[in-house]
Amino acid sequence: MESWRKHPLVFWVFALPGTFWLFVFFLAPLAFIWLMSLGEKRGIVDIDITWTLANYARAFEPVYVKIIWKSVWISALVTLLCLLIAYPVAFAIAFARPRWKPWMLLGVILPFWINMLVRTYALIAVFRTRGYVNFGLEWLYNALWLDKLFGPFEPFTLLYNNFAVVAGIVYVYMPFMVLPLYASIEKLDRSYLEASLDLGASQARTFWKVTWPLTMPGVVSGIILVFIPALGSFLIPDLLGGTNAQMIGNVIARQFKSANDWPFGAALSFLLMYATFGALAIRALMAGRKSSMEV
Amino acid sequence: MDNNQKKAIMASKTRKEEEGSLPMRAKRSFRPTRRNFLTGTGAAIAAISFGPAVSFGAEEKKLNFYNWDTYIGETTLADFKKATGISVKMDLFADNDELLAKLKNGNPGYDVIVPTNDYVERMIKAGMLMELDHAKIPNFKYLEKRFQDAKFDPGRKYSITYMWGTIGVGYRPSKVKETPDSWKYLYDSDEYAGKIALLAEAGTVIGCALQYLGYSFNSTSAEEIAKAADLIIRNKKNIKTFAADNGQDLLASGEVDLTQEWNGDILQVMEEDKDIGFVVPKEGALLWQDCLCIPKGAPHPDNAHAFINFMNEPEIAANNALYIQYATPNAAAKALIAKMKDGKDYLENPAIFPPAAVMAKLEEAVYLGEARAKLIQDAWTKIQAA
Repeated sequence: MESWRKHPLVFWVFALPGTFWLFVFFLAPLAFIWLMSLGEKRGIVDIDITWTLANYARAFEPVYVKIIWKSVWISALVTLLCLLIAYPVAFAIAFARPRWKPWMLLGVILPFWINMLVRTYALIAVFRTRGYVNFGLEWLYNALWLDKLFGPFEPFTLLYNNFAVVAGIVYVYMPFMVLPLYASIEKLDRSYLEASLDLGASQARTFWKVTWPLTMPGVVSGIILVFIPALGSFLIPDLLGGTNAQMIGNVIARQFKSANDWPFGAALSFLLMYATFGALAIRALMAGRKSSMEV
Repeated sequence: MDNNQKKAIMASKTRKEEEGSLPMRAKRSFRPTRRNFLTGTGAAIAAISFGPAVSFGAEEKKLNFYNWDTYIGETTLADFKKATGISVKMDLFADNDELLAKLKNGNPGYDVIVPTNDYVERMIKAGMLMELDHAKIPNFKYLEKRFQDAKFDPGRKYSITYMWGTIGVGYRPSKVKETPDSWKYLYDSDEYAGKIALLAEAGTVIGCALQYLGYSFNSTSAEEIAKAADLIIRNKKNIKTFAADNGQDLLASGEVDLTQEWNGDILQVMEEDKDIGFVVPKEGALLWQDCLCIPKGAPHPDNAHAFINFMNEPEIAANNALYIQYATPNAAAKALIAKMKDGKDYLENPAIFPPAAVMAKLEEAVYLGEARAKLIQDAWTKIQAA
């Protein structure tokens, strides 16, 4: 552990690039955005840092609180859906034959390798009125002779509403839920499950009393990995959402683009970040208390 | 590293020296403007990441063009390369705000940009455009008289009109009862509920609502803008989406039957789908000019001038305009088109060259200062959140 004291040169050679990267490309820009959130717009391009809190105060106007609240519940719904879908998937992969596992994992990861923008546009082609879902349903409808009974097929409106936004975010962030869940289910000691069943617990009881608590770390990291990026998403509501779909990410993006109000955009981004840090801190605190109680 | 980056580094150096000589004052008045800061860091990063490939004298044969999507002829850039040896790299932007946002902290390397008239004005006021050297653009003489001067750019010192046109209603004739020749169908009616797309540009969407209500597109009255916003909010249940420069695709794919769009974008899809029409609403609509400009800090200003001049060669301008189906300001190009076989289809198309009665009702957007811009943006947020 103390070896870096003995070889300071080696330590610095290894630490420097990372530290440089962190400072120049992460902390410095972040600090600049933070400064800007305390500034005021002067003219078209200039900003003065006046240490004002007006930008933060403006973020608490009802219109923005409403949008933030909407973003939170959409993200929560997305996270829940991801969890409900990803848990069985992760379970299936973890308990599959070893020969199949890499292929199943590949199936989860593969979409990752395709640009998110491309995937979102692909969803437009899938969901739109003359899209693949409606084509498929129409084919089925006609194949079952329903058109003779109830008249021609009426395509569903799947795009440009909240459904499309939720579906899009679930689709894009699903791997973030599957992978941590898979990791924790894979690590699960199967003998616990056998012991529980041997001692007379039902399958359901075994799941809730043994499997679920033991995979909790995976669940929690999955929730964090999905909820936080979902909260900040703006591309998906922009492309798939209708007139009501705007989330806080869209408002922030607009401040930096069309509204040309960087200080306010910076304040909104930082509020989002404070909230995220707050949630993580509470979690860490609770986890800490729990472990100290167990000890 | 080219001259421009060098200049930026020099500039950031002199700034540092100035601050160094006045330590006390500098400390108290810590007011880095966004532009100073970013050009400073940008230059530093450029200095780190680029090798010593310094080129003096003649410019390298390259040009970075920042353009709208579907807004240049199929072979125009290849023709330019054939004529001059300069290869053009084209990036696309979706709206003027995106263009402004990209450039406002210093030019990331574009040589020619295509802002709309009110944004030309805004960029001139912000000192973001380079003055054109008209000696290098002799083809300027081919432009129609009315485009050789402009209120938003007196003497055309900074901009040269590329194309002009209107914003109106693209529609599917087989799905509408009568020609939707009023903003009423999009802003104030349940008739086509769920089959309407408006643009995603705040100024345009609210501006057309203002015109429908009988006010000016350029109204600065907070009360009138609020009324326009209320109108849109009331009709939001009928609007499917605010389309970012892709309304013509929504119309073509059957997603909507009415869309607020630029005339040329609709005309482009009309070529493939005969069941599409375009009409300028009777309450009036927007008249715009997109202009070729050179942003300050352009790495290849000579090539940029050559490009602007090339785009105004009558033959090039004619082929370009015929391909993208927008109205060219180039009189010589129009004369050429008149001699072509299908030239009449273009020149006599009321969707490209509106008749005088329609022209009389069109309004040009004017840049009215940052306070008005904020008024519009706040109304837009309210509309989106409602």
